[in-house]
Amino acid sequence: MIREVEILVAGGGPAGLCAAAAAASLGAKVLLCERSDVPGGQLVKQTHKFFGSEKQYAGDRGIHIGRTLADAAVNHPNIEILTDAAVLGIYEDGVVTVLYKNQHLKIRPKRTIVATGAAEKFLAFPNNDLPGIYGAGAVQTLMNVHGVKPAERVLMVGAGNIGLIVSYQLLQAGVEVAGVIEAAPRIGGYLVHASKLRRAGVPIRTGYTIKEAYGNGKLEGAVICRLDENWKPVPGTEEDIRCDTICLAVGLTPLAELCWQAGCQMAFIRELSGHVPVVDGNLETSIPGLYAAGDISGIEEASAAMVEGRLAGYAAAGSLGYEPQKAGELRQGAAEELAELRSGPAGARIMAGLEKAAALLAARKGGAGPC
Amino acid sequence: MRIEQHPILEFDRGEKVVFFFNGQPVDGYTSETIAAALHAAGIRELGHSPELHRPRGLFCAIGNCSSCFMTVDGQPNVRVCVTKVKAGMRVEEQAGKGVVSLD
Amino acid sequence: MLIQDGIPTREDIQSVTPPAHRLAQGAVAIAECFQKIPCNPCAKACVKKAIRVEPDINATPKVDFDICNGCGACVARCPGLAIFVVDMTYSGGEALVKLPFEFLPVPQEGQLACGLSRSGEELGWFPVVKAVSGGKRNMTCTISLAVPKELAMEVRNIKVGGYRDGR
Repeated sequence: MIREVEILVAGGGPAGLCAAAAAASLGAKVLLCERSDVPGGQLVKQTHKFFGSEKQYAGDRGIHIGRTLADAAVNHPNIEILTDAAVLGIYEDGVVTVLYKNQHLKIRPKRTIVATGAAEKFLAFPNNDLPGIYGAGAVQTLMNVHGVKPAERVLMVGAGNIGLIVSYQLLQAGVEVAGVIEAAPRIGGYLVHASKLRRAGVPIRTGYTIKEAYGNGKLEGAVICRLDENWKPVPGTEEDIRCDTICLAVGLTPLAELCWQAGCQMAFIRELSGHVPVVDGNLETSIPGLYAAGDISGIEEASAAMVEGRLAGYAAAGSLGYEPQKAGELRQGAAEELAELRSGPAGARIMAGLEKAAALLAARKGGAGPC
Repeated sequence: MRIEQHPILEFDRGEKVVFFFNGQPVDGYTSETIAAALHAAGIRELGHSPELHRPRGLFCAIGNCSSCFMTVDGQPNVRVCVTKVKAGMRVEEQAGKGVVSLD
Repeated sequence: MLIQDGIPTREDIQSVTPPAHRLAQGAVAIAECFQKIPCNPCAKACVKKAIRVEPDINATPKVDFDICNGCGACVARCPGLAIFVVDMTYSGGEALVKLPFEFLPVPQEGQLACGLSRSGEELGWFPVVKAVSGGKRNMTCTISLAVPKELAMEVRNIKVGGYRDGR
């Protein structure tokens, strides 16, 4: 039996929850499928306070924002949430398949918003498969979701926001952080995160990489070395760091498989951190009625993912005839919020990526370049 | 080890139960994943790579990768990082690539 | 350099330090926030509207030292834990530094805590004058530490013991 729904949202993280709430607020009926057993996505482990403005709950901790968004969605009469529900495929005849608690569901939505988020990247170095070498987000899950002390002494690889934040959270969990190394000559994350880690005594070393890990059956340490301006290891700069855990915080990559499989126009855009679906101003992909919001269309902060979710939700509901004028105004408001978030130097990279995407979109639509 | 005190978080671990890792009893809580409970018990090695037989642990802990595949109650290729602990559950290292039964 | 190791330079600090005559008048907030990122809870936290983030959300905060009375409401509200209050009039030889703190154990009033510099160096053990909980949702404590006046612009963190004591 095929179940008909108005709007299907794939993914219950910040983008998906906001998309569902936005569409439902205009009157649309939404079914949200979340693969894990609780909605909230990775907000459930973000114990730090978020940046941005009030509109994106700035100053609140990610865990609290996740709960606020999840409660709003759970309590909305127009939203049904299925947990333990992984969206498997989006087919040409409009059918979407879902694995729901080991049952195979078929759903025919009028609109679909894909908000599947991102996955942690890996890094190539000898012995990188030793037990004890984890994604930084994995360690965050162990300690902040499950309350398990993930390590005794950690080497953090990567000084982007995730590397800096997780290092600080490791200290809060009683774990020693031997240091943060970063291959780039500059700290990539917010400098306030770097400073609060530094004044807790954790060294941050830019221009350093991991040469190899070592250990007999499990991780026992790592050799790090300096990189020159051409990113080549400088001989003689090797240092031994004893640690039982290495966290890799070397970036995220969009989880765009559903968009690939559905046949959306995809593009590799470095500034958006990988292959992304090419979307228009409504976050609609090349497949009419299929939207992409959040990290799937470019890796950014969760605050931007929330606003993208709202934008896609308004656009999808408006296109179904739900208060189209109000939907248009709200969509415009969300677009302006995003523009503001991205307008500073911290948003330069994502803006460069979005310009490339806009050029590809214009080429597809046969129109002029980006305006 | 489990975190007893935290400046920001309180942990609702659920009910304490015993499950089995390679036949040995391990304490876990019902709100924990198998991977988290094993980690708390100091067990980081979850299996071996099928070709070179190198020890493997978890990597992503949220069900994206397949680094933590184990056999759980006879079912191979279970992502133990997203599978919750249950009382009496038999968690075993799987030999090579598991074959999923279609029964 | 800040962008390389997370430690603000003398010049960075100089650029946000209130003038000497203002410091001499009593408590004042110092926003050690040097990077343009989209963030403005500090401006919302200040009831006297002494902190402005203008013209847009990416600007770094500017504290109006004439309006600021050093109440410290911003200290626990800054998501980057980058705002401190310094009161040079605390006592003859001591200044009071209010700083944000998110670790355990939280020091008790009267207890000594080890003052740390911006690079995490130990600067000595100083009395905790006040420890204010951030409340259920905020959860960031504000610690008031009495430090020698010459360290008022140096002490920016504490450690209290336990696992971070190292002893």
